[in-house]
Amino acid sequence: MDIKDLEKAAKAGKLGRREFIKRAGALGIAAPFAATLLSQSVQAAMPKKGGYFKLGVGHGSTTDTLDPGTHENGFMSDTVYAYANHLFEVDNTQKLVPELAESFEASKDAKTWVIKLRKGVEFHNGKSFGAEDVIASINHHRGEGSKSASKSLLDPLVEMKKTGSHEVTFQLSAGNADFPYILSDYHLAILPEMNGKMDWQAGYGTGGYIIEKFEPGVRIQFKRNPNYWKAGRAHFDEVEVISLIDVTARQNAAMNEEVHVIDRVDPKTVHLLSRNPKIRILETTGTLHYTMPMRVDQAPFDNYDVRMALKLAVDREALVKKILLGHGAVGNDHPISTANPYHNGEMPQRKYDPDKARFHIKKAGMENQQIDLSTSEAAFSGAVDAALLVKDTAAKAGININVVREPKDGYWSNVWNKKAWCTCYWGGRPTEDWMFTTAYVKESKWNDTAWTTGDAADRFNELVVAARSELDTDKRRTMYNECQQLVNDDGGALIPMFANYIMALNNKIAHDDVVAGNWDKDGNKAIERWWFA
Amino acid sequence: MANKGGVKAVLHPVVRTILQRLGLGLITLFVVSLILFSSIEFLPGDFGEAVLGQAALPETVAAFRKELGLDLPVHERYFDWLGGILTGDMGNSFSGRGSSGGTDRSRPVIELLAPRLANTLFLASMAAIISVPLALFLGITAALYRGSIYDRMVNAMTLTTISFPEFFVAYLLILVLSSFTKLFPSLANIGPDVDFWERVYLTALPALTLTLVIVAHMMRMTRAAIINLMASPYIEMAELKGASKSEIILQHALPNAWAPIVTVIAFNLAYLVVGVVVVEVVFVYPGVGQLMVDAVTTRDVPVVQGCAMIFAATYILLNLFADIISIITNPRLLHPR
Repeated sequence: MDIKDLEKAAKAGKLGRREFIKRAGALGIAAPFAATLLSQSVQAAMPKKGGYFKLGVGHGSTTDTLDPGTHENGFMSDTVYAYANHLFEVDNTQKLVPELAESFEASKDAKTWVIKLRKGVEFHNGKSFGAEDVIASINHHRGEGSKSASKSLLDPLVEMKKTGSHEVTFQLSAGNADFPYILSDYHLAILPEMNGKMDWQAGYGTGGYIIEKFEPGVRIQFKRNPNYWKAGRAHFDEVEVISLIDVTARQNAAMNEEVHVIDRVDPKTVHLLSRNPKIRILETTGTLHYTMPMRVDQAPFDNYDVRMALKLAVDREALVKKILLGHGAVGNDHPISTANPYHNGEMPQRKYDPDKARFHIKKAGMENQQIDLSTSEAAFSGAVDAALLVKDTAAKAGININVVREPKDGYWSNVWNKKAWCTCYWGGRPTEDWMFTTAYVKESKWNDTAWTTGDAADRFNELVVAARSELDTDKRRTMYNECQQLVNDDGGALIPMFANYIMALNNKIAHDDVVAGNWDKDGNKAIERWWFA
Repeated sequence: MANKGGVKAVLHPVVRTILQRLGLGLITLFVVSLILFSSIEFLPGDFGEAVLGQAALPETVAAFRKELGLDLPVHERYFDWLGGILTGDMGNSFSGRGSSGGTDRSRPVIELLAPRLANTLFLASMAAIISVPLALFLGITAALYRGSIYDRMVNAMTLTTISFPEFFVAYLLILVLSSFTKLFPSLANIGPDVDFWERVYLTALPALTLTLVIVAHMMRMTRAAIINLMASPYIEMAELKGASKSEIILQHALPNAWAPIVTVIAFNLAYLVVGVVVVEVVFVYPGVGQLMVDAVTTRDVPVVQGCAMIFAATYILLNLFADIISIITNPRLLHPR
């Protein structure tokens, strides 16, 4: 039996999804790839076209504009992914695939990237897509005076040249194997070029939906692009995204079937919402994690044993159960989530172990001495309760934690990144390099654990730089595994939990078996990927 | 001096009072603008930092402040702003500025405010059209049948609805009229292209919520004002000449009761315009309240100032209106000695 036969069997309904993946595995095809095959062959046959889809999101503000450099919330990411395309896209199985790019080639040092573009693609205004659009769109975020959120991401980009009508060559100042990932960032939408500049004002893209009407902070309406180049995507005839900031209003709208999908369901009431027979709850584990960074440049956290004692004195299961009300996963003291490509799944999960914690705290000579933990609801919803829970579980190990309640106002400027130990959250980044470079390398201003010196930290910083330009995925995996281990063991990061994205879907809505977790709502691409069953 | 005396002689006292009140209103508005501007000066935080995020470098923040004119002295900025308002220009919003280059693509405050204000006024009028006649009717009939079961029922019910917080009334209405019976939609997020009757249908629940919240105040004032007058000698006179009870109330008592009633009505109408943020949030209604809350969180000062000035003007105008009505309906004020 070869893969074609398997596909046929699956299409005929003789083979379930699990069975398909198992047998494909026997044929030597890795599970994620098999799942893609399945979603391409079986599920692609199922989606139906049509319908007026209403999506209620807990974001949106009157200050939103169509300028992709200013996008900062879920409402605008949904919008930009609906009407525009990017050079690359993270698909529903978390794999990076070319979108407006057709193929790419990197030099050995990962400094030069030649990206071939898709031909025959048209913008909504009829302009055909080519290299000049890519250059204008990327340049929009660069240069003096740019206030784009992606400016720093593009800092390593030295030069961009049109090397063909449908080919662009990117020159980086240092090798970066994740460069295509950066090009999938929602800010870096490819919009038409006009007089050498990107024209975002008109609202034309190459995406599956054409903007009909946009009222910032209220709603946006789309109709399907009849000319869409991507096969098997953009199923709805019309789409309306409605900004429903208030969580009760959002959940009411879903219950009364005034919208078909809502995001950011309140964990406290999700069990009540799930009782509604018309509604299905969808949860994905994403990259959002809650942390308690200890600054290793301040006493007593400069002592490895104190850090280890505290890491062992936290009951992660209880935190997930009581603070996230079960809607999340335990963390392993490193910021890489299962939604990231190189998550280290082999490392043993750190567990609550009061005896070992007592051993370490004794070794440090800090038994029953007061350790301050600064916290506020500003860090994340339930942060104060989480700190109190940590205090209780640590007390059983002879650790005396004093929970300090800080004011919400100014928490991020006065407490976080300043006090020796506090509560914090991180919205996660799609790649390991992105996450580590943002908050863990020694040059970062946001290095909230101040973990910059010592053998382990040196090794970590070396590895991050080396892994950045390593194109061999196996070698990269080894490097990132070690990075995660180093942060987990020696670092000051105490990361007890990852929060889920919780959405409520009307039963009429269908989607592929695998839903992306890199962002809410199938990677903010529900508009393009989902359909009416 | 001669001129002033001349004006006095020519103008009818009512016109003079109205002009006086208008002048006072303008002065109040000016004082409000001063207080508003200076209190915003004292607010902690900075728009540059808020919009550029935690990673903002000091020089980027400084450049941004310069671009917005925040580096100018306070009095210069105040008179700039005041001059703009007097010529109908509220300036441009801080946010929504383009991310690339120095090009300014922020939206004029008027453009942001106008559609929202229209929505707010629409909802306020809907609520007023239902609640004012209802409150007057209930108040007058309650006074007419004072002490009866009807009077007590009306009192108890209106007091119940006013005692609940607005969001609770709103959720109750959603539960009964939207979730259970599907009569009205729970979302009132109207757009500019919605036709009139659709608009009325969509705003039914928020308007009803507001009606329930404000009717008690107006109804009780109507009832109390009428009952208060019923003890006057001239009502006794009317009774003696054999007028029926409804005639007494409608023709004799009510004309003299207008002053307090109108004051309370004006107060509640002003509330409908400026105080409905909670209702807007619950029903996702795109009104001025939500705009102002948005603007405060992003520290978009021109929008906050614009909203606040409109709110202040609404209060002043409605109170002026109430004053004028009470003067016109009150013979003693109409013909001062």
